[in-house]
Amino acid sequence: MIVETGHFALVLALALALVQSLVPLVGARTNDARLMATGGPVAVAGFALTGIAFAALVMAYVQSDFSVANVWENSHSAKPMLYKVTGTWGNHEGSMLLWVLILTFFGALVAVFGGNLPATLRANVLSVQGWIGAAFLLFVLTTSNPFIRLEPAPFEGRDLNPILQDVGLAIHPPLLYLGYVGFSVCFSFAVAALIDGRIDAAWARWVRPWTLAAWMFLTGGIAMGSYWAYYELGWGGFWFWDPVENASFMPWLAGTALLHSAIVMEKRSALKIWTILLAILTFSLSLLGTFLVRSGVLTSVHAFATDPTRGVFILAILVLFIGGSLALFALRAGSLTAGGLFHPISREGALVLNNLFLTTAAATVLVGTLYPLLVEAVTGDKISVGAPFFNLTFGPLMLPLLLLIPFGPLLAWKRGDVYAVAQRLMAAFGGALLAVLATLLLADGASVFAALGVGIGVWMILGALTDLVQKSALGTVPLAVAARRLAGLPRSVHGTALAHLGMGVTVLGIVATLAFEAEHITIMKPGESTAIAGRTLRFEGVSPVQGPNFTETRASFVLLGAGGGKLGEVTSAKRVYTARQMPTTEAGILTLGFSQLYVSLGDPTQDGGIVVRIWWKPLVTLIWLGGLVMMVAAAVSLTDRRLRVGAPARRAKAASSPAGAKA
Amino acid sequence: MTRKQKRLSVIAGALAFLGAATALTFYALGQKASFFYMPTELQAAVLEPGQRIRLGGLVEAGTVKRGQGTEISFAITDQEKSVPVAYVGILPDLFREGQGVIAEGTMRADGVFAADSVLAKHDENYMPKEVADSLKAKGVWQDETARPGS
Repeated sequence: MIVETGHFALVLALALALVQSLVPLVGARTNDARLMATGGPVAVAGFALTGIAFAALVMAYVQSDFSVANVWENSHSAKPMLYKVTGTWGNHEGSMLLWVLILTFFGALVAVFGGNLPATLRANVLSVQGWIGAAFLLFVLTTSNPFIRLEPAPFEGRDLNPILQDVGLAIHPPLLYLGYVGFSVCFSFAVAALIDGRIDAAWARWVRPWTLAAWMFLTGGIAMGSYWAYYELGWGGFWFWDPVENASFMPWLAGTALLHSAIVMEKRSALKIWTILLAILTFSLSLLGTFLVRSGVLTSVHAFATDPTRGVFILAILVLFIGGSLALFALRAGSLTAGGLFHPISREGALVLNNLFLTTAAATVLVGTLYPLLVEAVTGDKISVGAPFFNLTFGPLMLPLLLLIPFGPLLAWKRGDVYAVAQRLMAAFGGALLAVLATLLLADGASVFAALGVGIGVWMILGALTDLVQKSALGTVPLAVAARRLAGLPRSVHGTALAHLGMGVTVLGIVATLAFEAEHITIMKPGESTAIAGRTLRFEGVSPVQGPNFTETRASFVLLGAGGGKLGEVTSAKRVYTARQMPTTEAGILTLGFSQLYVSLGDPTQDGGIVVRIWWKPLVTLIWLGGLVMMVAAAVSLTDRRLRVGAPARRAKAASSPAGAKA
Repeated sequence: MTRKQKRLSVIAGALAFLGAATALTFYALGQKASFFYMPTELQAAVLEPGQRIRLGGLVEAGTVKRGQGTEISFAITDQEKSVPVAYVGILPDLFREGQGVIAEGTMRADGVFAADSVLAKHDENYMPKEVADSLKAKGVWQDETARPGS
């Protein structure tokens, strides 16, 4: 009954989405306030109904209701409760339902917090949001319905893919979708503005919090996904240039560009057309990502059961939305007025350069991801484009961008002075140079490239701090005055510095891991020791362990320091999940400072030993900590005063709209 | 410079940048993309020495042999031809006889494929897509994922 309620709620949600697609839009065209006002309540109700549908599916999972095909295929009564719940979206149907839930959630947010938007803009945004919602609800109901019953009901489920039975599934997909789908709001704002034919600096201010929020979640989702793959797959890698990783990375690159170009539009009223285009492209890349992942056209760890009708359906949605919005853009872009002028050497110029690098990088990733599909369609040859391609193209594109980042925030608007900025960055440059020398001297066998890489990371971190030091005049005024000035800086300045610092931290982690990682594959017997990166790993022995829905062979190791002192214990396991008889490797990870020891097991040998793969990964956690810092940076920026007090709100309803409503 | 000249120089700069990026991308695609072959196709393929390729198929039953330390040899078959593979390292969890795998590496002069990575996909029902497509084309594909009650 619960399941049917959920199914019915989802159908109702589709009906409401259709209403939302049309009525507010007609209201905006005919200037009918009553029609426009329907958008808000309908969007909120649509979210509530999708929420009921989603809750019904979660209930079916929690109760292990195997009469539901989706639950039978992806759950098991012996599965721990956490994985019963998270298993809801550990499959195609459930994850699409989560996608739609988050889409309607954002629609409802616009309805609730969009009170200070001009009525026509708000109505148009909600309508565009309704189009997307209707398309995907139709997709779920017709091709990916999670509420289909089985007759007769099986006694036991087939269990969730063991790889997904991890707390990562609770965090990674929801965060990623909040990011992916969050950009739909930017898209809706862009299309709504094009329908209206009116775009000004205020538009950029209204879109900014949505871009920031989506970017924050996407950053977190990608970082979390990377860490999950790192510890779960047992390969010790943090990024594989897997097509599905690329699918989430492309919107991130475009979204980062959007975040920056919107600043220019807001402050200087320039780059309007470009910003609108970026908003459309960012969500288009999100849609493309959804298509690549869900259609199964690409080989990937994320490819759930594949079904060609789904691929064709999403492709149709893709063509309709991307084609439609770009056509509208082509039609209207000419009528938008060009904005303020600026010198190439200026803050605007720096942001344009940032956009040029980021969008080109996104295009490179796009080419690398789609090229195999194209080649197979045209010549029938099957090729793969992997890390070597991306290292050769993406790397050289990112390098100058990373080097230039510290300059951007220090340049003045309209016309900047590179020499003055360079002078102010002297200390940061000196620090980076010291880091390069220290790396060359202290780290054994450090290559010049590795040292320079470390230097770049340190340069970015110090460069970001320089901005704060300069703006608070630290060192030239008394400490208390500087501290007060620092606290008084706009939150967005803190956010910028923190985000750039986080990027530097990530770069430092990547460089350190790639350059100084030590790897060792060997056969060990209980009691034997192996040297790794100046430390000793002793194999204590193996013991069998019985888990709730798996059995495992657990190997215990002790890590000893150079002096023989004990640094810690690591256990690594080979697990077999009973329901699917599927083996997995549970890597053992010991964190020491920012570095990690990573142990994964291979097969046992005939003479009682076991193949062991050991990595020493120096500073590897910085990769994800940097991502975390970027998330915090976006959150800090979201609390900026100017985002809370919108321009129209200041005039009309400053008293009635509570502060912080946009957060 | 006039406003128009300024704008033109910016556009020219951006275009030069994009041109360089495009050239680099296509150069990299030519150099770094690796082709996928099944054993039968490999027989007909013309490879340059040291060219990286991906070899896909099923692990032939009875061919998996462990050598010194972590050396492993096995054969990849498409039920018509088979190719011997040499690999050093840890095999993926789902590597077993009869399982679909993709090996990445280079063809040695002695006809042995030297793999530096071996992939088996994560689901016991899941075949690497290239392998599944090729097997279906040859008519030796078996679908194991039928539902009960439907």
